Amino acid sequence: MCLAIPGRVIEITEQHGQPVGLIDFDGTTMEIVLTFVPDVQPGDYVIAHAGVAIQRLDEAAAAETLRLYDELGGEAAGDS
Amino acid sequence: MKHLDEYADPVRARRLLDEIRRITTQRWALMEVCGGQTHSIIRHGIDQLLPDEIELLHGPGCPVCVTPLETIDRALAIAARPEVTLCSFGDMLRVPGSSGDLFGVRSQGGDVRVAHSPLDAVTLATQRPDREVVFLAIGFETTAPANVLAVQQAARLGLTNFSVLVSHVLVPPAIRAILDAPDCRVQAFLAAGHVCTVMGYDEYQPIVDRYRVPIVVTGFEPVDLLDGVRRAVAQLESGRAQVENAYTRVVTQHGNAAARAAIAEVFEVCDRAWRGIGVIPASGWRLRDAYRAFDAEARFDLAEITSAESPLCRAGDVLQGRITPAECAAFGKECTPRTPLGATMVSDEGTCAAYYTHRRVTMRQ
Amino acid sequence: MSEPIDPATWSCPVPVGRRTEVVLGHGGGGRLTAELLAEVFLPALGNPLLGQLADSTVVTVGAERLAFTTDSFVVNPLFFPGGDIGSLAVHGTVNDLACSGAVPLHLAAAFVIEEGMPVETLARIAHSMGTAATAAGVAIVAGDTKVVERGRGDGVFITTTGIGLVRASVDVRPERATVGDAIIVSGPIGQHGVAVMSVRNGLEFGSPVVSDSAPVHGLVAALFDAGIDVHVLRDPTRGGVAAVLNEIAGAASVGVLIEEATVPVSAAVRSACSLLGLDPLQVANEGRVIAFVPAADAAAALTALRACAGGEGAVVIGRVVDDHRGMVVGLTAIGGTRVIDLPLGELLPRIC
Repeated sequence: MCLAIPGRVIEITEQHGQPVGLIDFDGTTMEIVLTFVPDVQPGDYVIAHAGVAIQRLDEAAAAETLRLYDELGGEAAGDS
Repeated sequence: MKHLDEYADPVRARRLLDEIRRITTQRWALMEVCGGQTHSIIRHGIDQLLPDEIELLHGPGCPVCVTPLETIDRALAIAARPEVTLCSFGDMLRVPGSSGDLFGVRSQGGDVRVAHSPLDAVTLATQRPDREVVFLAIGFETTAPANVLAVQQAARLGLTNFSVLVSHVLVPPAIRAILDAPDCRVQAFLAAGHVCTVMGYDEYQPIVDRYRVPIVVTGFEPVDLLDGVRRAVAQLESGRAQVENAYTRVVTQHGNAAARAAIAEVFEVCDRAWRGIGVIPASGWRLRDAYRAFDAEARFDLAEITSAESPLCRAGDVLQGRITPAECAAFGKECTPRTPLGATMVSDEGTCAAYYTHRRVTMRQ
Repeated sequence: MSEPIDPATWSCPVPVGRRTEVVLGHGGGGRLTAELLAEVFLPALGNPLLGQLADSTVVTVGAERLAFTTDSFVVNPLFFPGGDIGSLAVHGTVNDLACSGAVPLHLAAAFVIEEGMPVETLARIAHSMGTAATAAGVAIVAGDTKVVERGRGDGVFITTTGIGLVRASVDVRPERATVGDAIIVSGPIGQHGVAVMSVRNGLEFGSPVVSDSAPVHGLVAALFDAGIDVHVLRDPTRGGVAAVLNEIAGAASVGVLIEEATVPVSAAVRSACSLLGLDPLQVANEGRVIAFVPAADAAAALTALRACAGGEGAVVIGRVVDDHRGMVVGLTAIGGTRVIDLPLGELLPRIC
């Protein structure tokens, strides 16, 4: 379960007392409620499920993960 | 798509597969809990690409599959009422109850609608004060933030025509129940990445401590899944048992504090029946007393519902990884995606449906 | 947030078992539709010509072969990015004719209009039909109009019937699919379905996607004019590319292998499908051609298509194989395989 897709925050408005983000998912845009990611700014990435952002995406962690994959093959698998 | 496509990259996938092959020296049985992960595994052919020594058992992580039969029957009864507009995620509309499903209710005149978000149902309730709007609030922990926000919003707006039929299920108790089963073969778990996005992974440490099984928080894209398998196998091969996070870009140890606080405000833990498995204590969430006004079970006086599963259906054994779908006598005969007996055959991510499609290729080749 | 979707515009994708009522899924162009045909219509109306179950039926009249087809258009909403029910009604029938190897000649159009529909809206639709017909080089030569009471129609339903002249010595029935054939799609997939969904009440997502609704007989003509020995032609509509490939694989008893990495899908279609949990291969198109050609002709076929308006994105997406006969298998981007199944009915957005 849990189809949750990452998208970029374009702008944030307030609706019914809640912060709502217009999120760009690679061309498709949707309004996503940002109540649970209060520190999010335009330009950040969030992961959205059922109309609600459940977390801000940590781009540094993402970059680190990809770097790890790209270094695989030479060293033994270890904890990260 | 950024932060998605990178994790479907064939080169990275190949690197991980090679690494898994390199470190695997014996047979291991891993279970992925989340139905979305099962779907992705089948969709990308990951189980075919892993070395034969690694067996993936598919767990009960499909809320469509495990929503209790009684809940479906209640939803059907509520939706059949003329004053009710029942809104649901699309996934649920196809699930068979004791007799019929929500689409059948619709074809007989019931007002059943698909919603992408429970908040859409709240909006509908404000626009249609003449209707009793009910939202079928199922899901794992991932969906709770949305369901909880909907209830809080309804409360703030003072709506009297909105309620939710709650059937939330929790992952950690399910993992414990699987591990407690005497014939449990699972040696490591891939924990559900989006569940842990909300909840963090604190809850898994006691499980690791008690049962000594590796638990790796894993994402959904092919590279994420392969990395989860790699880390689990690495732990198993070296005799370690730890909670490990392979989905660091969205999962942190304590999860989303704001979401957890809202969930704690609206929901409380309860026993929950899992379709095909039975009652797992403290494995569900229900509305707290303070929100009883929004509880569809309290609002609608439903006549005693007798729920009865097909005696042929072995979805429960499948959900616990005890049998593969192919080992069920009804599989592919009485029970097919076209004529399902149980929920595991209905859902796209239900193990039986996934196997039905996959199996055809294996047989004919 | 906005109103939830009314599944009057969606269909049941699922197992119907022994229902006594028709459900929306029966109109989805997938498995349920096939069953309705097999269980209700063919037994009652059956004859060898109808039994061809092709998009167009080829009938012999004197020395000529005519292609004859009919199609109903019930799209909701009536106007969507890239088209409307009027232009759709012209393109759909022109394309059915073209994909039976015929040069489209004439159309007839019947309208069932709901009482209360604004005349101005009807005029827009009629104008759109006229423009589309002219651009496609066909004339609408006969028609009918009926009005039903308010509430008994969806604004307007349009049925178009068409005839065309089949080119000499052309046979593009699915049975002609041959092991080794290259499978070509004329452009990016899933655009029509996503464009319509993006303006359908309740889904509320913004999308730059425009329907691919267009006549394809120019593309088809380009293939024949280039001397390509086309084996099979189909225009994928509801049910998507997946439905068409499954029908061909089933009819010809061949295996179809698709290399998923080569299937053209725009970023915006891909992201909309990801958000809704849909497979682009199952999403509707209205201006694409699927062609099965001998492997040796593939390069020339691509050149011919890419020189045409609407064919610029033509690519080979797979081949016919002597394996898993009757089934469509996808080679996934990471090197695994999966079965690309016939959709059951229509597609429901999911969150799981």
